[in-house]
Amino acid sequence: MVANSALAPLVPRGTRPGGRGVHRKNATAYLFLAPFLILFCVFVLAPAVYGLWISLHIWNPLLPNQPFVGLENYTQLFTPGSLTSGDFWESMRATGIFTVASVPFLLVIPLLIAVLLNQKIRGGTVFRAIFFAPYVLGVAVIGVIWRYLLDPQLGVVNHLLGLFGLTSDVPWTVDVPWVWISLVAVTIWWTLGFNTVILLAGLQGINKELYDAASVDGAGAMRKFFSVTLPGLRPVLSFVTTVTILASANMFGQSYLITHGGPGHATRTAIMYIADEGLSQNQMGAASAMSYVLFALLAVVSLVNFRLQRDKSE
Amino acid sequence: MTTNSLSRPTSSSAEPPGSGSRRRPATAMRRRTRPGRIAVYVVLAITALIIVVPLAWIFLTSFKTDFAAINAPGSPWPKPFVFDAYHTLSSGQQPIFRWFLNSLAAASLQTLIILVTASMGAYALARMEFRGKRIVFGVIVATLLVPPVIFLIPNYLIVQNLGWLDTLWAVSVPGAAGAFGIFFLRQFFVGLPTEIEEAARIDGAGDIRIFLQIVLPLSRPAIATLAVLSFLANWNDFLWPVYVLLSPDKLTLQPGLSVLQGAYSTHFGIVMAGAVIASIPVLIIFTLAQRQIVDSVASSGVKG
Repeated sequence: MVANSALAPLVPRGTRPGGRGVHRKNATAYLFLAPFLILFCVFVLAPAVYGLWISLHIWNPLLPNQPFVGLENYTQLFTPGSLTSGDFWESMRATGIFTVASVPFLLVIPLLIAVLLNQKIRGGTVFRAIFFAPYVLGVAVIGVIWRYLLDPQLGVVNHLLGLFGLTSDVPWTVDVPWVWISLVAVTIWWTLGFNTVILLAGLQGINKELYDAASVDGAGAMRKFFSVTLPGLRPVLSFVTTVTILASANMFGQSYLITHGGPGHATRTAIMYIADEGLSQNQMGAASAMSYVLFALLAVVSLVNFRLQRDKSE
Repeated sequence: MTTNSLSRPTSSSAEPPGSGSRRRPATAMRRRTRPGRIAVYVVLAITALIIVVPLAWIFLTSFKTDFAAINAPGSPWPKPFVFDAYHTLSSGQQPIFRWFLNSLAAASLQTLIILVTASMGAYALARMEFRGKRIVFGVIVATLLVPPVIFLIPNYLIVQNLGWLDTLWAVSVPGAAGAFGIFFLRQFFVGLPTEIEEAARIDGAGDIRIFLQIVLPLSRPAIATLAVLSFLANWNDFLWPVYVLLSPDKLTLQPGLSVLQGAYSTHFGIVMAGAVIASIPVLIIFTLAQRQIVDSVASSGVKG
């Protein structure tokens, strides 16, 4: 994703060659960078390393000392029947279910909408703005409003279903599989505009002449979609897929506010469990280890996705 | 404006000339009459309704009586139209207007820190040659891909050691250290023409003058976009403030909404009024800066 030529040297002409000029240039550059780098070191680099260190200890801030235990927090996670492994993998399973259930819709629906918006239509920018609008609301707002709309007894959705003569006691927020349907649907409603806008920009970058050439060859709309649109969209689609998988795998607020992780712990996601275990139950060592395991798995998924996309385009 | 061509303020993404859709009135006229076009509008309109109706419904619900919000959820219209929910919120135990001010302060402070630190750093990365530049830039970009949960527990301890738990600093400073701002501005600065800067340098201007008097004024659109995105991100942040803010009068709006949900568990009208209050600034910003926000997102994938 890093632009290329930008790293080429842009040496100002008036600079004197030799030691002192170079030293001064280095000093000036780092003075400009200093305010950012100080923050970056304290709150990004240091915690990344500190987290690894914490994960090698039984780290409970309420206890007088934090004994070093090596990789025990990690081996515990992979030992069936240990204190943490059952809950952790249950939460990973919830994250997995949500990711697998949400990502296809979060790609296909925005793609369809983007294709429609890419037709020469009136009011395209207005539609684009409307579809994007929920995304600027925070997850807390989204969570509390859908917790109300989907409330099984008092909510609007069940009430309206009843008015249409359908069943009016769907357990949207309290029972499987309905909780998953709710969480996925709310997430689509909330974020579809984000992917739509990126995909639309991608569609507009496809050379129009390719479509004209396909028309000359007698290709219909479907044929054009699969032979021109999808291949032309591949780099953007690959970017959107990666971003969407990562976003879904980091889901927290929707479960926290709409289903409270329930029923039982069925919708308690990995992030929700890690935050609770580390910051509410004070098991910081174990929770840090979990966050690194999650990170490693996500890195593998991103890498596989990246490789798949690259192979396809070759 | 019949076309929906995107103009990208972040000009570092090279847009091929003539890629914007040109208007061809004759074809447009002919096409508009086809039934296919009507179907396109119908699908888009239905999707728009699915987006807008729940939002409008929530807005109207906040003006219902407590009784009506719960017992007559099927009718969107508040009968009678009352401000009870807002009145309860402003006089209740939950200091929502305090939360509003806290959110405003945190988001403004964080935005200010990001604008100052990211623009200075981005100038060095875009315009200067120095030892370790590739490493510094590489590390900054690499952290863009690290999931935020990695930083949760160590940063909690760091903030605790700084004595910042339950303060404004906890929700405004650590979040300003993210790599997005400096990356975003660096990409923009790299795309700016260098001729003016070179001329100024020949006239004897130093880096500080060039940065303040040439680069910053030329980058006003990118800086405004970054300001809007940073403010929204902080205003909407949820997980971090839930855990680092503890006392009722220190909360920001987003964890506050979660508290409201617990405190008024079945008094949905009151919670919805809280959601409306938390959304108003964001929706105002979106209305004013809609194009900058949407375009900056749109170009993120194309650039990649």
